This record gives sequence, C-alpha cells and structure tokens, in this order.
Amino acid sequence: MEAKNIMIVGVGGQGSLLASKLLGHLLLEQGCDVKVSEVHGMSQRGGSVVTYVRCGERVASPVIDKGEADFIVSFELLEAARWLEYLKPDGQIVTSTQQIDPMPVITGAASYPENLVEKLRASGAKVDALDCLALAEQAGSSKAVNIVLMGRLSHYFDLPEEAWQRSLAAMVPEKFLDLNRKAFALGRNA
Amino acid sequence: MKQLMLGNAAAARGLYEAGVAVVSSYPGTPSTEITEELAKYDDVYSEWAPNEKVAMEVAFGACLAGKRSFCGMKHVGLNVAADPLFTVSYTGVNAGMVIAVADDAGMHSSQNEQDSRHYARSAKLPMLEPSDSAEALSFAKRAYEISERFDCPVLLKMCTRIAHSQSVVEPGERVEPPAKPYEKNIAKYVMTPANAIRRHPHVEERMARLAAFAETTDLNRVEDGEDHKIGILTSSTCYQYVKEVCGDRFPVLKLGMVWPLPEKKIRDFAASVTTLTVVEELDGFIETYVRELGLACVGKEVFPPLGEFSQNLVAGKLGLPVHSGKALDESIPPRPPAMCAGCPHRGMFYTLSRNKCTVLGDIGCYTLGAAAPLNAIEMTLCMGASVSGIHGYNKALGAESERRTVAVIGDSTFMHSGMTGLANIAYNQSNSTVIILDNSITGMTGHQQNPTTGFNIKGDPAGKIDLEALCRSMGFRRVRVVDPYDLAACDAALREELAAEEPSVIISRRPCALLKYVKHSAPLRVDADKCVGCKACMRIGCPAVSFQDGKARVDATLCVGCGVCSQLCKTGALASTAKEG
Repeated sequence: MEAKNIMIVGVGGQGSLLASKLLGHLLLEQGCDVKVSEVHGMSQRGGSVVTYVRCGERVASPVIDKGEADFIVSFELLEAARWLEYLKPDGQIVTSTQQIDPMPVITGAASYPENLVEKLRASGAKVDALDCLALAEQAGSSKAVNIVLMGRLSHYFDLPEEAWQRSLAAMVPEKFLDLNRKAFALGRNA
Repeated sequence: MKQLMLGNAAAARGLYEAGVAVVSSYPGTPSTEITEELAKYDDVYSEWAPNEKVAMEVAFGACLAGKRSFCGMKHVGLNVAADPLFTVSYTGVNAGMVIAVADDAGMHSSQNEQDSRHYARSAKLPMLEPSDSAEALSFAKRAYEISERFDCPVLLKMCTRIAHSQSVVEPGERVEPPAKPYEKNIAKYVMTPANAIRRHPHVEERMARLAAFAETTDLNRVEDGEDHKIGILTSSTCYQYVKEVCGDRFPVLKLGMVWPLPEKKIRDFAASVTTLTVVEELDGFIETYVRELGLACVGKEVFPPLGEFSQNLVAGKLGLPVHSGKALDESIPPRPPAMCAGCPHRGMFYTLSRNKCTVLGDIGCYTLGAAAPLNAIEMTLCMGASVSGIHGYNKALGAESERRTVAVIGDSTFMHSGMTGLANIAYNQSNSTVIILDNSITGMTGHQQNPTTGFNIKGDPAGKIDLEALCRSMGFRRVRVVDPYDLAACDAALREELAAEEPSVIISRRPCALLKYVKHSAPLRVDADKCVGCKACMRIGCPAVSFQDGKARVDATLCVGCGVCSQLCKTGALASTAKEG
C-alpha cells in the first residue's frame, strides 16, 4: 500500500482517538510502517484537536506538516478550514458539516465564517462534505460520527471492505459493534 | 507480534518486561499513561502518590528493599521531586530504579517549557532518550541494567511527541530480575554530611565510568550518509524529523543516551564532516557540551530554543525544500480549550466573576476559569501556589484584600501541595479564603484517582481523606461545602466567608461531568417564545449555549442538563426536555 498521510481534526471530545486507532490497526494489517500522533491533556478540553496518521514503507516523523496531508478527515467544518494549509495540493477533505461554535464565537468576540464548504472548494481542495451527525443518529448514536467518517474515508482507499470490517471488529467493543457497522456503512455508501 | 503502541505504553511494557515490582507516580501530561499502563499488570504493585516527591521516595524505598522500582512524572513534577533526586544520586540504589520524566515542548498541557536534561547534568545521573515506541520499550529495559551496573537511578526522558505517538513495537516476555536482598549499609544510605562527603567521590567516579560507557554503547550510534558537508548530532523526536527530510543524505550521530555525552565519539564525528549541526528542541544542551569541547557547530543561532520542531522547520533550517499548502483567505476564529458543558467548576467561577473577586488560581482543568467570558483567575504559577500565594498577597495588602481575594485549587492539587500552604495560613494567620474545587478526581490528566476519592489506581476501594476533617484539624473553624450547580448557594457562601473575620475553606463539591458514574439530566431546550435574547445565559461561557437569530440555542449533543444557565434566565426560557415527557 502506498504511503499516506491522514489528519483527523475536530473538537476535543468528539472521538478522534477511536478513529485513529481504527486507522492504525487497518494500516498495520496492510504491512505498512505506521505512526499515529495524538493529543492528550488540556488541549482536549473542547479545543481544536488534531491526530496525525502516517503510513509507508518507513515512517520517520510522527507528525504531518503543512502541505503534506493526502486526507483531512474533519468532525467539524471550521476545523477543516483551520487545517486546510496542511493539505497537499491534490489532497482530499472528508468532512462532517456539523458546526460547533468556539468560545470566541459564543462570547461574540468573533463570528463563524459562512459558506465554508464552498470556500474550501474555491480554494482548489477536493471536498466531500456530509451530515455525519444525522447519519450517526440514524445508526443509533450521535457518538458514532467518528465511524461514519471512517466509512466515508474508506470510499477513497483501494482496500477491500473486509479489511475495514476486521479492524472495526478489533477496535470496537462487541456490544457497540452492530451500531458501528451500521454507522460505517452509512458513511461508506453516502 | 508486531503492534502499534503509544510511546508511554511501550515504556511501560519495557519496565514490565524488565521486572519492575513497585511503581509510584503522580499524573502529569505527557507522562501519565506510563503508570496507567503499568497498573494493568497484576504482578506489579502500582499507585498514585500524592505528589512526585513522595512517588520518588516510595520508588527509592522499594529499590533499597531490593525490588526494581519506577516513578514517572512530567517535567515540572521533577522540580517537586528534585530534593530526593539529587541525594539518591549519592546513595545509589540496591535494585534498579528508573525515573521517567516527560517534557512538553510546545506546552500542549504545561505551564512552562523547561528542559529536563539539565537535571541529569546537575544531579549527575545518566539519562536515556528514546526516539520512538520501540526505543521507549528497549531503553526502559536498558535503563535497569545501567541502574544496577552503575549503582544509580536512571532518568528515562520522554517528550510529548514520543509519549503520545504510536509506532510499531514487538513486545517480549517479562523476566524476573536477579534478587538483591537488602543489606544494612549506613555509610551508603544515611546521608549525614560525614557519609555524604565520602559518597561524593563515588558519584564523580561513576560519571567517569558512565562517560566511558557512552563511548561504546550502541545507544549512541553513527548512521553514515553520502554527503559529509553536514553532520547532524541529534536525539529523540528531532532525529525523526532529520531522517524525514534528509533520509540517508547526511551522516547522523544519533544519541540515545543524552547524559553523560560521549566526548570521543562526538570529536570523531565532528572530524568526519565539514559542518557539525546540532538539532535539538528547547535548550542548546548538547550544543553547550560540544562548544565546551572547543568544537565549532551550528545550533541555537539557527534552530529556535522554544516550541516543538517539525520536518518543515528542520528542512528550512538545513536549506532543504519545505512543503507548503494553501490556507483559506478567511479569518478562522481560534478554538481554545474550554471548561466542558456541565463542568462543576463553572458555577463557582461565575460566582467569583460576578463578585469581582481577585482569584489566585492553580494547576488543573479549572485554570480554564481564566478564559473569556469568565476571566476569573488572575494568577497561576505551579501546583499549590494559590494557597501559599493568597497568604502572601493578603499579608502584603491586609484586610482590604482579605475581603475580596480567594484561592482556588482542585482536590488532587490540594493533596499534592495545597495542604502545606493551608498549614501556613493556619499557623501564620492570614484571614484568607480558600476554595477547594472538589470534582472528586484528577481531571485534566484524564481521570486519575487521588487520596480524596476513596479509590486506588486500579479503581478498588482505598483510604479516603476527609477534606473537611483535615481542614478543621488544622484549626479552620469555618469549613463549608457547597454545590457549584447552585448559584445562589455559591454566592451566599462566598459573601459570608469573605466577610468572616477568620480564615475559611469553601469546598465546592460535585464530581466531574465526564466521570462515567455521573448521571446526566436531559438536555435543556430554548423556548423561543420566552427567550428575549438578553444573552444572560451566555455569561457562563458554556460551550453548549450559543446565540443564533436573536435567540439562545442549546446544543443537545453537548448539554448535560446541569441547569446553571437556566438559573440566569429571567424569563424561564431554558427548560429541561425531560419535563415534556
């Protein structure tokens, strides 16, 4: 499998750690070298968070720098916009259309930019935007946004679906597996 | 079997495989998971200590008794444990002792960006520094060998990017280390001046032997390159950035042991290249040593002494191509961390803000009380400084300040080092008001138990310190508990205790809203007919409450129904969705 740089961005608490665990497992199974860099601690408390997932024959740096991401997977629209500079010129954004006001917007010190999907597209980025929250709720839990996004991302990977299903089964507790399989399918086939 | 493992988990695996028997730590990002992972092994005794000094002394006691021991902490935690550190360097160990210290370049979750390598040099101890999870695992094992061979504790230095990155490891089996029965040895272990003065030469001689070891150990290795115009001296995560951008182009001297440094190896390496470049985050620690040897090098005049590095930064400084992307031509509002929806600290901070108190703060989630819109905290220094600091502040300003100033400190931080400051208030008598924000957990580092929670590191029942009884036993007569979800009660308690003519402790008690056992109420919703758009509910800075089209709006995916916002609503527009049936 060819080298890939995937950034998972969102708001602290949205479930990016499970998404990166799933990807890490999947890519390791393909025989790649893999590195995953996470955020713990204070920045997790509702702040902008980013997880880097890298695979290739040999991966040195655990992080992805500006202009290096093949994919930006985003739980939230403003976060996709924030990290856009990290995308490769021909990179792909997969984003939920959910909007969560950051504190400066809540306090009125700033405003949430309008029409972000159009603006991202106008910048030249390939953007796949879908209402992952609605799909997650359809699957049975608003918490399954992470797996809806992974389902959507799988659409762009040249890997059989069984490989994803194996990693899903390995990473998700048994009692939530059905729900997450549903969420994955809704994302993949959206 | 190959698997992905977090750097901290890999370090824990290495310690486990080396036969660690006793573990004592205080949580601190980015070090916490080492101890959390060790606690999963039933054949290792693990605990959370009240602070890092206690943890290190527990680990020392255990190694003295003949068991391999460990303590882990973040960089600023090593400041707290510096007292035992400098003297355990003199006593040495019996069984091996490893101390993990995790730096936080970039200050993802810290109050400063200090470089722990200086401790190795000043305490005269060896320090190993892994550059990925596989090395974290193997270096942890090597650390015990070095500890027992050279009779000293070994520092295992992590940093955020190594600690919190997953990479591939191959775990092995646990090996029971050789028995090291305790033998009474007063001259070695009782550091009176007369004995310590005889131990100091051992320390210096040991460092000389360790320096010789540094020359031959494979922890420090040269990776040759095609182009000898530049030779790079590096370690840790910087090594990875260098390899990312240079591949095998330039020779690299990769240091796995960053103290003591291998003089001859560095001299030989320098002689083999045209320009010696030192790539290291934070201080020019290796660079200073290189310059002391009289060698010319490129270092901190090019590479910044602050923040994290990355491959683009290293590439740019080495004159190699730098990747770039296209940013959106749009102002993107920042998203700083904020207190969670339903956070029990919010109600108390709103009360403090409303009463225009001067608030001396401390280290924990509640430091976020300094952020807009509450802007409540005016000082945060280090663990425990709120309680000690308010005493000094009030002594300096007197009664006027005592009526409007409070210290706020979390339950875990209070046990860590707030108690001693409180003893000082009781003893030296300032009329200070201390608020213990008791959320029944160590929150910021991800929910670790502490001496006030009644549970140990494994979640089993444990001793539980009664905060009220503790404060009363120090002589505080005014000790009261309030529920921070009740704004009227918070306001009354605050006003009465500030007005009182004696020191007081307010315990603001409610468990962290993220704890699994905490039952949440149904989310609130806004009755658009009743909402007049006054924004009173938004003064508490809850991430679940926003304002759209002239009305308040509650995000049902975030709201936990704490009801604090509804106490501010004069029109009754915020009501629970549960009541509607």
